Amino acid sequence: MSRQDYLLRKFLLSLVTIFVVVIVNFLLFRILPGDPVRAVIGRNVRISAEVQQSLREQFGLDKPVFPDQFFSTMGQWATGNLGVSWSLRKPVAEILISKLWNTLLLIGLGQILSILLGIILGLLAGWKRKTSFDVGALTFSLVAWAMPTFWLGIILLAAGSSWLGLPTGGIVSPQNVGKPLYTVLPDLAAHLVLPTLTLTILYLGEYMLIMRSSILEVLSEDYILTAKAKGLTQWQVLWRHGLKNAMLPIVTMIALNLGFTVSGAIYIETVFSYDGLGKLFQTALTKQDYPLLQGAFLLLAVSVIVANMLADVLYTYLDPRVKAN
Amino acid sequence: MRDSWLLFKRSLSDFWKTFRRNRMGLIGATLVISAVFVALFAPLLTPYAPALVIRDEAGRGLTYAPPTVHAPLGTDDAGHDVWSQLVYGARVSLMVGFLAGFIAMFVGSFFGILAGYFGGWVDTLLMRITDVLLVIPDLPLMLVLVATLRQMDLKISPLTVLILVIGLLYWTSTARLVRSQVLSIKERQFVARARAIGAGHVHIIRKHIIPQIMPLIVANTVLILSTAILIESGLAFLGLGDPTQPSWGTMLNFAFDRNAISNGAWWFYLPPGLAIVWVSLGCVLLGNVLEEMLNPRLNGHHLEGEAKIVEMRANHG
Repeated sequence: MSRQDYLLRKFLLSLVTIFVVVIVNFLLFRILPGDPVRAVIGRNVRISAEVQQSLREQFGLDKPVFPDQFFSTMGQWATGNLGVSWSLRKPVAEILISKLWNTLLLIGLGQILSILLGIILGLLAGWKRKTSFDVGALTFSLVAWAMPTFWLGIILLAAGSSWLGLPTGGIVSPQNVGKPLYTVLPDLAAHLVLPTLTLTILYLGEYMLIMRSSILEVLSEDYILTAKAKGLTQWQVLWRHGLKNAMLPIVTMIALNLGFTVSGAIYIETVFSYDGLGKLFQTALTKQDYPLLQGAFLLLAVSVIVANMLADVLYTYLDPRVKAN
Repeated sequence: MRDSWLLFKRSLSDFWKTFRRNRMGLIGATLVISAVFVALFAPLLTPYAPALVIRDEAGRGLTYAPPTVHAPLGTDDAGHDVWSQLVYGARVSLMVGFLAGFIAMFVGSFFGILAGYFGGWVDTLLMRITDVLLVIPDLPLMLVLVATLRQMDLKISPLTVLILVIGLLYWTSTARLVRSQVLSIKERQFVARARAIGAGHVHIIRKHIIPQIMPLIVANTVLILSTAILIESGLAFLGLGDPTQPSWGTMLNFAFDRNAISNGAWWFYLPPGLAIVWVSLGCVLLGNVLEEMLNPRLNGHHLEGEAKIVEMRANHG
């Protein structure tokens, strides 16, 4: 399969996946009991029957679900109109965008830290296989994997706030709310320490394990034996022949982990009352704010799918074997 | 029939001989089995009913009493005994995890065998479905599904909704694993011979394929169990559990929402999390060891060669 074919296939698969997400989103919203007009204007707003009827016509809710409602909804979503939040009384798209950057900041920090640490520690663990360092690294990954994300957050929250005096929640202190984030950097940093630490611990184990098994696999390849036979030192073998080849699965894993990253953000933002998409998702869930929930789901799912596709594209450029095929 | 029973007994005793020398596997098995026992014998292990409000001499409810005041694990925000809740919570957490895990196992094995054995469009369709499910972020999908299903008037309990949603979303890895195994087994001699003497598809699958892949399915199921238990705790923490049947995740949801952290009530928020780690770690250890024993992969690499040769020589005297 040539690279074009491969990329085309990945692209089509992403399109199909987005289509599935959109269909699921549309259907779930329709099968909810109750009057859909309430979905648009909010549950507790009092309006007369005539106004309700005119709204129904305005939003096309008097028309059949398929094809009229389906296509008009698709058209709205395509233009970024995700409806109005019941609880916050604002357009869903506007709310989502306002929280997006906070989440990207948190996830980005956690990912970068855990990838760097994971590569280094995983490499060492695989190289020094069966030493106490390796056993320690494996134990850490296992326990980190077996630990519920939110519980790790709760422990770090309790420990960090009582022993280190770190802030317990939010993204900045109350007196700094509303100011541009770059003007209150020290305060922001203090608020970021605990959530970022939780995310890093959470992802680190995974990357370390992948790097470890990847380097183990690479080191048992025949070209490593050849390199050793040439008289290269262990470090040279590890650096020139091992690391580069072993890095490839990390790229795939970053992509596969994106969904997991989103889960982590939902739990951690909830625990630390961090004002991002994850916390928003949880609020929408507890307030049963369906337009917000559906909008957030659509945004999270589509971004993960697109990011996944980009990682696949990147992979074809990094792995010479894909080119050769 | 008797022959196959003897064969099964022998392979089981062979298995046990290898397994009992594996420390990780034994630890994992101990963790899982002890938790199952606690869940089974919950009434014998708890001095109070989990919903009973503990009161002091004056008849006031003892809220957030530390373990020093009320043994062994203190009380929660409503004055319930934390230890009793923990023990009864094991029943809910394990039940949801096990049932969801078994659903995932059955669905995954079924589709995996179908795809691997018949190939063609069945296989293509299945692989595309798993591709799609693999990319959609699972937690948001589950949250939206559970929230919507609960809002609908389905007459099924919240726990059943959780079991179904977890079970029906986590079968893809099993399906892929089973498929790849079936693909290699169906090319083997004994399958070709069975087909040559006229055995039907159902017979071949039942008598030749399933017995071969069963050990791997068991190992995979144990691993899926830990995922299912972790996911259940997460969904319950986010408020999607059944408040009338609190699992460990539900307990943590209560603890977090009712300020156990700012009250310093560590006896309320530490034990449920430790219990989750206990079980999921047990399943991971056990599952990994089983998988390794039944699916031997690489055992060494070229940079540790010297040590091994020396070791081998030493062993040969």
